[in-house]
Amino acid sequence: MKAAETLAIPVGALLAAMALFGLFVAVLGHNPLEVYALIYRGAFASAFSWQNTLARAAPLVLTALCVALPAQAGLMVIGGEGALVLGGLTAALVGHSLASATPLAAQLAMAAAAMLAGAAWIALAGALRHWRGVNETISSLLLTYIAIAIFNHLVEGPLKDPASLNKPSTTPLPEALMIGKLFGLDVHWGLGFGVIACLLLYVLVSHTTWGFALRIVGGNVRAARLAGLPVGALVLLACAIGGAAAGLAGMVEVAAVHGSANASLIAGYGYGGILIAFIARQNPLAILPVSVLVGGLAASGGMLQRRLDLPDATVLVFQGLAFVSILASEALYGRLRVFQPRAQAEPAA
Amino acid sequence: MTEGMGSMDRRQMLKALGAAGVVGALGARRAWAADKLVIGVIYVGPRDDYGYNQAQAQAAAAIKKMPGVTVVEQEKVPETTDVQKTMGSMIEQDGATLLFPTSFGYFDPHILKMAEKYPKVRFAHCGGLWTEGKHPKNAGSYFGYIDECQYLNGVVAGHASKSKKLGFIAAKPIPQVLRNINAFTLGARAVDPKITTTLIFTGDWSLPVKEAEAANSLIDQGVDVVTCHVDSPKVIVETAERRGIYVCGYHADQATLAPKGYLTGAEWNWLTPYTMHVKDAQAGKPLVNFLRGGLKEGFVKPSAYGKAVGEGARKKADAVKAQMLKGDFVIFKGPIKDNTSKTVIDQGVAQKQTDVVLEQMGYLVEGVIGKV
Repeated sequence: MKAAETLAIPVGALLAAMALFGLFVAVLGHNPLEVYALIYRGAFASAFSWQNTLARAAPLVLTALCVALPAQAGLMVIGGEGALVLGGLTAALVGHSLASATPLAAQLAMAAAAMLAGAAWIALAGALRHWRGVNETISSLLLTYIAIAIFNHLVEGPLKDPASLNKPSTTPLPEALMIGKLFGLDVHWGLGFGVIACLLLYVLVSHTTWGFALRIVGGNVRAARLAGLPVGALVLLACAIGGAAAGLAGMVEVAAVHGSANASLIAGYGYGGILIAFIARQNPLAILPVSVLVGGLAASGGMLQRRLDLPDATVLVFQGLAFVSILASEALYGRLRVFQPRAQAEPAA
Repeated sequence: MTEGMGSMDRRQMLKALGAAGVVGALGARRAWAADKLVIGVIYVGPRDDYGYNQAQAQAAAAIKKMPGVTVVEQEKVPETTDVQKTMGSMIEQDGATLLFPTSFGYFDPHILKMAEKYPKVRFAHCGGLWTEGKHPKNAGSYFGYIDECQYLNGVVAGHASKSKKLGFIAAKPIPQVLRNINAFTLGARAVDPKITTTLIFTGDWSLPVKEAEAANSLIDQGVDVVTCHVDSPKVIVETAERRGIYVCGYHADQATLAPKGYLTGAEWNWLTPYTMHVKDAQAGKPLVNFLRGGLKEGFVKPSAYGKAVGEGARKKADAVKAQMLKGDFVIFKGPIKDNTSKTVIDQGVAQKQTDVVLEQMGYLVEGVIGKV
């Protein structure tokens, strides 16, 4: 019954958002059915559109984990963007300095370094919260600005490849270090890493004592303290794991897409992940379908622009509606009669 | 809400839906005409940004009117795999065979990858990055010598300034931007060698809050003419107008944003390269890989003079413009010193627009207050 409820409420909220969006496009003078059809065509109708959708979902899976993991400990971290850019920068540096190592060793070192950088960055926000009582939502956001400033300073200054004149970048990675596509798909390995990370973290959060302890911290920190749980360590670790996921996303952007660290890395994936984590209600497993949905929307957003001359903001309107209706639907949990066990629904007088 | 209102709303809605259905279906079919040349234009920001993207969108809007052409557009596409997928969608789903991916950062690696994957599609990129022997033949770049218009901006600004202090708000210290700052300053100092240009770098292409802060801070320091090189000059032009100083535009025409203080501006005229590429594609001629020009070739143009531009300024600027149109004017002609008093161009050396040395510019000329 509970599983049906957790599925039905978000799906219902999404349907409500779709209906509202239909109304919105109708007011703009477009046929909602045609708009829905175009969204489907752009996102899911062919092998090409599926790859388009998955490619757009790939970076968001990892950055969503940067929100979902700290959320288990009751922290609202929104600074994944900072962890991503620093992860990307670290990966580019490590890759460049290990150019003579075997590709696999160099790639592993790049991934490890990027994850460490991201982990340290978000753990910083966790530490500020735990020991200094600084609000982690604000601090992680501000840390992102600092990360981007550090990134820009280094990429445009000491670490700049002198050959990159009008687009300052770090020295390009050797071709051998680039990570390829996923099994013949036109989607890079970021998606594979994301799926693995979601599965692992789902097990960790939902099926281990460590995850249970983490959720107690998130549910009631005083109870956790009374129970003797190491609250500080749990908070820091949750932040570090989340940051590591975002850092890995940065490494993938460098090693699978750009080949060097430059300003194109600052594309807002860190912020995109926040939306996904919230729609997924911070559940690592649910992040996967939600990312595909949001990736699909982004893919079909182009179709709406090209076919109907709708502005890019149209898709943002849909995302916003979905976000608001999912958040609003939180209030429905435990209140819909259909989903209540009979004994509880009609308590004995 | 009353019952009657509700039903009326419903009826109107149904009517609107029906009408929209017809229009929508027609629209969709039009985009499908197979005998037409389908052209895809991709922007990194909004099409109506009063700046970089709007300059491209104006050209796209104009080529839409050419016979046998269908244009599909997509805005706010980041320089990530997103743009590869957007190019792919235009090719696979819309049948586009000529693409204008307009952001500088789209070229490497995105356009290069797609050009390899789709050898029959033409990719015309805005910037100056295509290199013979290194990059695919079905890709190319078009760009304009907009420093010519920045020099004219400088001449007009030099006449308008009373404090002899000009301001320049720039995104990043890269050669293209430095060339504009230097041309603007050289133009102003040709009017009065006492003039200085105070320079502020914001650090990125689109940071409206920082740009407004920079404009205010320049004005507080006594600057009375400001110009810029950022993606959208909108907030800078508006701030200048509100604070009652003069402003020179960039990328597109911003005169409507500052009816009192807008002097002139350095505008792109992308219609020239767009038309060339479209005609070549229609005629089946190979893509011109390297396409560049200035005022003379019609790749750039100055905005119409504003009300505040006096007779003397018009005369002087028009005279320089006439020389540029003939191709006799060299902006970077020695002796030129940088702002640390080091000679960067020797006496007797004239670096013409096509000179590749200019593309590696790493200095600020004498009179610019600021550092790279």
